[in-house]
Amino acid sequence: MSRTKGDEEEYWNSSKFKAFTFDDEDDELSQLKESKRAVNSLRDFVDDGDDDDDLERVNWSGEPVGSISWTIKETAGNSGPTQEGREPKNRNSFSYGQLPKPTSTYSLSSFFKGRTRLGSFQSLSDALSDTPAKSYAPELGRPKGEYRDYSNDWSLCDTVRRLRKGKVCSLERFRSLQDKLQLLEEAVSVHDGNVITAVLIFLKRTLSKEILFRELEVRQVALRHLIHFLKEIGDQKLLLELFRFLDRTEELALSHYREHLTIQDPDKRKEFLKTCVGLPFSAEDTAHIQDHYTLLERQIIIEANDRHLESAGQTEIFRKHPRKASILNMPLVTTLFYACFYHYSEPEGTFSSPINLKKTFKIPDKQYVLTALAARAKLRAWHDVDALFTTKNWLGYTKKRAPIGFHRVVEILHKNNAPVQILQEYVNLVEDVDMKLNLATKFKCHDVVIDTCRDLKDRQQLMAYRGKVDKGSAEEEKIDTILSSPQIRWKN
Amino acid sequence: MAAHLSYGRVNLNVLREAVRRELREFLDKCAGSKAIVWDEYLTGPFGLIAQYSLLKEHEVEKMFTLKGSRLPAADVKNIIFFVRPRLELMDIIAENVLSEDRRGPSRDFHILFVPRRSLLCEQRLKDLGVLGSFIHREEYSLDLIPFDGDLLSMESEGAFKECYLESDQTSLYHAAKGLMTLQALYGTIPQIFGKGECARQVANMMLRMKREFTGSQNSVFPVFDNLLLLDRNVDLLTPLATQLTYEGLIDEIYGIQNSYVKLPPEKFAPKKQGESGKDLPTEAKKLQLNSAEELYAEIRDKNFNAVGSVLSKKAKVISAAFEERHNAKTVGEIKQFVSQLPHMQAARGSLANHTSIAELIKDVTTSEDFFDKLTVEQEFMSGIDTDKVNNYIEDCIAQKHPLIKVLRLVCLQSVCNSGLKQKVLDYYRREILQTYGYEHILTLHSLEKAGLLRAQTGGRNNYPTIRKTLRLWMDDVNEQNPTDISYVYSGYAPLSVRLAQLLSRPGWRSIEEVLRILPGPHFEERQPLPTGLQKKRQPGENRVTLVFFLGGVTFAEIAALRFLSQLEDGGTEYVVATTKLMNGASWIESLLEKPV
Repeated sequence: MSRTKGDEEEYWNSSKFKAFTFDDEDDELSQLKESKRAVNSLRDFVDDGDDDDDLERVNWSGEPVGSISWTIKETAGNSGPTQEGREPKNRNSFSYGQLPKPTSTYSLSSFFKGRTRLGSFQSLSDALSDTPAKSYAPELGRPKGEYRDYSNDWSLCDTVRRLRKGKVCSLERFRSLQDKLQLLEEAVSVHDGNVITAVLIFLKRTLSKEILFRELEVRQVALRHLIHFLKEIGDQKLLLELFRFLDRTEELALSHYREHLTIQDPDKRKEFLKTCVGLPFSAEDTAHIQDHYTLLERQIIIEANDRHLESAGQTEIFRKHPRKASILNMPLVTTLFYACFYHYSEPEGTFSSPINLKKTFKIPDKQYVLTALAARAKLRAWHDVDALFTTKNWLGYTKKRAPIGFHRVVEILHKNNAPVQILQEYVNLVEDVDMKLNLATKFKCHDVVIDTCRDLKDRQQLMAYRGKVDKGSAEEEKIDTILSSPQIRWKN
Repeated sequence: MAAHLSYGRVNLNVLREAVRRELREFLDKCAGSKAIVWDEYLTGPFGLIAQYSLLKEHEVEKMFTLKGSRLPAADVKNIIFFVRPRLELMDIIAENVLSEDRRGPSRDFHILFVPRRSLLCEQRLKDLGVLGSFIHREEYSLDLIPFDGDLLSMESEGAFKECYLESDQTSLYHAAKGLMTLQALYGTIPQIFGKGECARQVANMMLRMKREFTGSQNSVFPVFDNLLLLDRNVDLLTPLATQLTYEGLIDEIYGIQNSYVKLPPEKFAPKKQGESGKDLPTEAKKLQLNSAEELYAEIRDKNFNAVGSVLSKKAKVISAAFEERHNAKTVGEIKQFVSQLPHMQAARGSLANHTSIAELIKDVTTSEDFFDKLTVEQEFMSGIDTDKVNNYIEDCIAQKHPLIKVLRLVCLQSVCNSGLKQKVLDYYRREILQTYGYEHILTLHSLEKAGLLRAQTGGRNNYPTIRKTLRLWMDDVNEQNPTDISYVYSGYAPLSVRLAQLLSRPGWRSIEEVLRILPGPHFEERQPLPTGLQKKRQPGENRVTLVFFLGGVTFAEIAALRFLSQLEDGGTEYVVATTKLMNGASWIESLLEKPV
């Protein structure tokens, strides 16, 4: 098992060892069932021979192991882990402990040397009768594959069948365009994506782009497989060329746009998004893509500015509420929340002002109010909350209005632990009486509950509520006063 | 060991044994001590067919999860990678192999691709310069994995996306291969029915494979009478709705993976006296859920609202059984009681577990939000207000509920309206992109391509016709003692299962019009049997139909098919196969554009 470094280097540097080519890979892997018998019988054979050096050992090409010719080839083929690994199919049948001289005569490659023939062995006797002349070890790559291919001359159907069984065989034989297309059609007709892809790889390698594209355009199944394949391997360039050729402009645009996800650097990502603007997206998407670009552009400016402010330590809001994460690549609504949190009162002219964001991205009123409310409530800036819902009419009267409905306002305030006085104020603004009563009860706004019951003249409910307030509290007292008031005409 | 697989009409243990044998054969090929490096995704499915003990018997001494950089040290002769054929995994394997070469005694590497070798992956290994390092590169065609006595799954999470978005037929090919394996073990299936483009292709592949194997006549007496192949895109609606069976809800809320569920541990803390102050366990409670557990088999397919009463009845029976000990007077009686104890203990443990699970689920189903969501779903499915922007969905977006939940509802609305009005669709799109990020343009396009979220074309809404003809909405549903499959969604009868039901009686000819509206061709094929293998059905003997869902199936649909199997006069028993067990959330998740 021990290999010297020299061996390895010899392998890597020797021109004899061609880079392993995919197509010519040996095909016997899947025939192991048949060969297993052969392997097993050989194991017994070797085991028995352990202490019997006279017994001639036979390697997989049928040569007696240890013969001179064998040893030479063996040395040549002693090729380091890569080569060793790729061949010794049948090594499994030998456990090293059983091998008498593992480092010399019985080095590993002796067993894989002829492995390429394994599949054609039906039994040990086959192996023995095989001609010992062929040398496989030094040229594990293409020659043997070609040899087999040409000698057997697989038909179209056979080739596809072999591919399906996971045996890889050379497709180089298919030279003319017509042959190649027939091969593709045969592959498509068996529906095996793996085979279709294999043939497509071959066509991609051996046909010019123009011809490949042209032929696939009329072969939709194969075309879809090629698109999927190009996506898988990330060959963005060819994919875009293909879409362009097919005039599938929207897919082209989307596929180009998808690439931005792989770009980490914000400035580079921004520049990339800029190249997406103007691509042939659908009308609605065009606006979104433009917004995406503008948003990131803004975020980069805001981020740089705020990081600076934060580290300078002079700005109160950043001191009191250090930023949890960068704003880069956050969604628009999150960015708006951030702006409402850190930059609420800025003049409209700045990039980070919430109003500016609202206008630039045409954020609907509802969305804006919700977000601003959540941000200001979180900071317990009740004054801002108040201002958010106060509108002045032309006479100068103020009025409270909420585009999202005051019940939602109350829920958001409660979620942000607003004090009861504040909650109460907004619960009172809920128009639907039942909903008002529900919310008031849920959030323990006693005054609202009590007053509402009084207004509804609902004595029963008020009495029931008396049990829910603290004994001896001001609320209890208030309820008692109301209950005993002679001025109210209770409905029950 | 897996007795529950043999409870049904078809003994699926035969299949399990066959795949175990194949696994042993592979392990024996790599002689000597071994370490297995696992693609983590595979450990779940493998767990259903083999325990570690089997691997250990074949000299597997260590197991690792596949991750980057170096392999952990292990004094073994063989390192075997068990992986799905995925390019990103090849990169990790190459990293492992390359960092291995530089140190210590070298070891033998092997790869086992599950379920298939992929030329693309091998090409990638070659590009990375490690292909030659592997002695065995083989495939393990674990196409269909037996999950229960009547349930098989390929657990191929990308199958829907591949079939309906990428138009990659590889998983269909695997499905066909899986069906060929089944036929080799259980006999040729004489009749094949199907609906949908993918169904047609799988049938074509099967017929072709059969032609190619003509050399060996299948002499197994056929167990299945029919095969029904159904495309998921024939019924996009069903998985979008929230499942309301017990098993379906467990899956919706906690996610069942390879028949295991992980639950919050608090409810399962041992309540022994004097230990109340003990710390609560922090690790999730892991439970296996299958029909091997008597109680679970009884309640899994019930509507959740019917589970409580069963549990309380069981509790009474078990208490009574334990009380019996006071009546045991003679030695014989005591002996008898003691002999029953283990069974009773197990029943009590099972009851305790399911009571806890039911409590956990009840916390969710009684919440306001769950109720609101269900109301909206039911409105859509019964055809109410599907053509305008829905307030609840709007609120969910405003409150930034999980994107998957939002998409699921929007898609449901789209499917129940045969596509949304352009204005409504544009509104949802903008809200979603602004709230969850513009990159989801890609997600929305995927959903559109899959037919889940799209604009209405031609201004025609076909859903009402389909709903009425197939009776998809039943107002008078009985959840406790159901009389119709609609109980699994408390009113909605899953379209897919309705198609199976109508096929068996009175036949699809009665619904030709609807079949034409639904996408893809419908067809029937026969595989002639030699006279010796033709079945002579006894009077009253049920047919066995294998329903294969291409693109995934939900537990609620399986429950509905089991309900049909159990009908007195149903005449058909069903076995279910699928590319993936899924629910609406895991389904949408598989279509999501994931940021890198």
